[in-house]
Amino acid sequence: MSQRIDHHPVLGSLGDRKQLPFYYNGSVYTAYEGETIAGALLAAGVRTLRVHEEKGTPRGIYCNIGHCYECRVHVDGVPTVRACMTLVQEGMQVNAGSILPTPLKKGGHGA
Amino acid sequence: MIDLLIIGAGPAGLSAAIASAKQGLAVRVVDEFYRPGGRLLGQLHEEPDGVWWNGLDEAARLTQEAIELGVEIRCGVSVFHLTHSQDGWIVSTTVGEMIAPLLLIATGASEAAVPVPGWTLPGVMSIGAAQVMTNVQRVRVGQRGVVIGINILSVAISRELQLAGITVDRMILPPSTTVSGTAWQPQAVMQSLLRVAHLAPSLLIRMGSKMMGNSWMQKLAVSLYPSNGFSMWDIPIQLRTAAVEIVGTSQVEGVRIARVAADGSPIAGTEQVIPADFVCIAGGLSPLAELAAIAGCPFAYVPSLGGHVPLHNESMRTPVPGLYVAGNISGIESAKVAMAQGTVAGLSIAKARGKLTNEQPLLDAIQQVKIVRQNATIQFHPNIVAGRALVGQMTAEWIAN
Repeated sequence: MSQRIDHHPVLGSLGDRKQLPFYYNGSVYTAYEGETIAGALLAAGVRTLRVHEEKGTPRGIYCNIGHCYECRVHVDGVPTVRACMTLVQEGMQVNAGSILPTPLKKGGHGA
Repeated sequence: MIDLLIIGAGPAGLSAAIASAKQGLAVRVVDEFYRPGGRLLGQLHEEPDGVWWNGLDEAARLTQEAIELGVEIRCGVSVFHLTHSQDGWIVSTTVGEMIAPLLLIATGASEAAVPVPGWTLPGVMSIGAAQVMTNVQRVRVGQRGVVIGINILSVAISRELQLAGITVDRMILPPSTTVSGTAWQPQAVMQSLLRVAHLAPSLLIRMGSKMMGNSWMQKLAVSLYPSNGFSMWDIPIQLRTAAVEIVGTSQVEGVRIARVAADGSPIAGTEQVIPADFVCIAGGLSPLAELAAIAGCPFAYVPSLGGHVPLHNESMRTPVPGLYVAGNISGIESAKVAMAQGTVAGLSIAKARGKLTNEQPLLDAIQQVKIVRQNATIQFHPNIVAGRALVGQMTAEWIAN
């Protein structure tokens, strides 16, 4: 179910907006023109935007104004794009990223 | 060639752009958000006179006026470095270097995080994030949530969430940690709320009933102790309950809470988990001042202004030649103060550029900041005036030496 606030008691109603299909982790979603990646996905009930690069734990938005980088996603192959600051474009490929190897985790010198 | 580059298209930056462009300066404004307006965009509250303060409209008005004056506004541009050279400021941005003889940093504020176990779960966000998602992106952050952190900002935004059909189950205190300041102390939080009690249900103010206003204040004072706290706009504000942990596996499912004693210490055996599908964390605001630091500006630590602020005088000049600040970077106050400060900065910069033939408008604008501050409905801190005076004095001393 969409969580969009089409009608607001003070801000009024949103008019007709153009629909923009885009992809998140290979599945198709619909954004409206002028929506951020974070907004469009949350409207569709998607809270997890990426996984932690080391632990794989889920992450969503935190600050929603570009400071915290918690919502960083891959967009059309470009890593570290902030989902909260980026407007959806038609056909955009958004990806949550994956766990990265940590070969030096235990320290150097064969530790 | 531009005369002035402004970093930040919020109320301060846009007002400065307008004021300086009116004096004939060529002005460019950059902002990393995708549309101009800054934190004005999310603001929506009813003033005591019953008029709604709609930040979206204010932002649109400022943007329109700036554009009509020939100001160039470039959104989606992040600034990551500044250096000074003979040609002026060299500003490194995500779309290349920009050069301007005069620079205004109007980057606003950032929200302080509060360490609560489980805060990285999807569905946990800052209170400002919820505000932008609700009022700007027009998407509900959830059905029913908990706000951790009780302050003027979180109370106002909780009301905004409620307007959009989102239920705020309750507002509670953060856990006591070494970085929570006094935000976990029931008494301190109550005192800070009493300062804004005159704002309380503006419905009461509309009804013009002083009696009711007084009884609300009395109720607030005595209800520090009842277990359910008191309600503002039907949102329970619980000064004797603190968050212990945010629980959930792939996203927020609830909050573990505990009753706390009057001194803020948790009461054993009172823990319970309440269901929630989102959590907002409200840790307060502090000036977003990294760029001023990179520019070599000296700072002062002034708690009443929100923390570390770049030194500046009444004209919004810093001790660094060609560098100005305005808005929340200079101390946490309301958007109206930021707009008034932006006008000062714009005129002050026009003067530095030799474009201000008559100084009276600048002097008037400086006076206007004080008037706006005095009339502000929301005072973020009781000692703002003293804090401002201290910064002004430190700036004068720095320049003299």
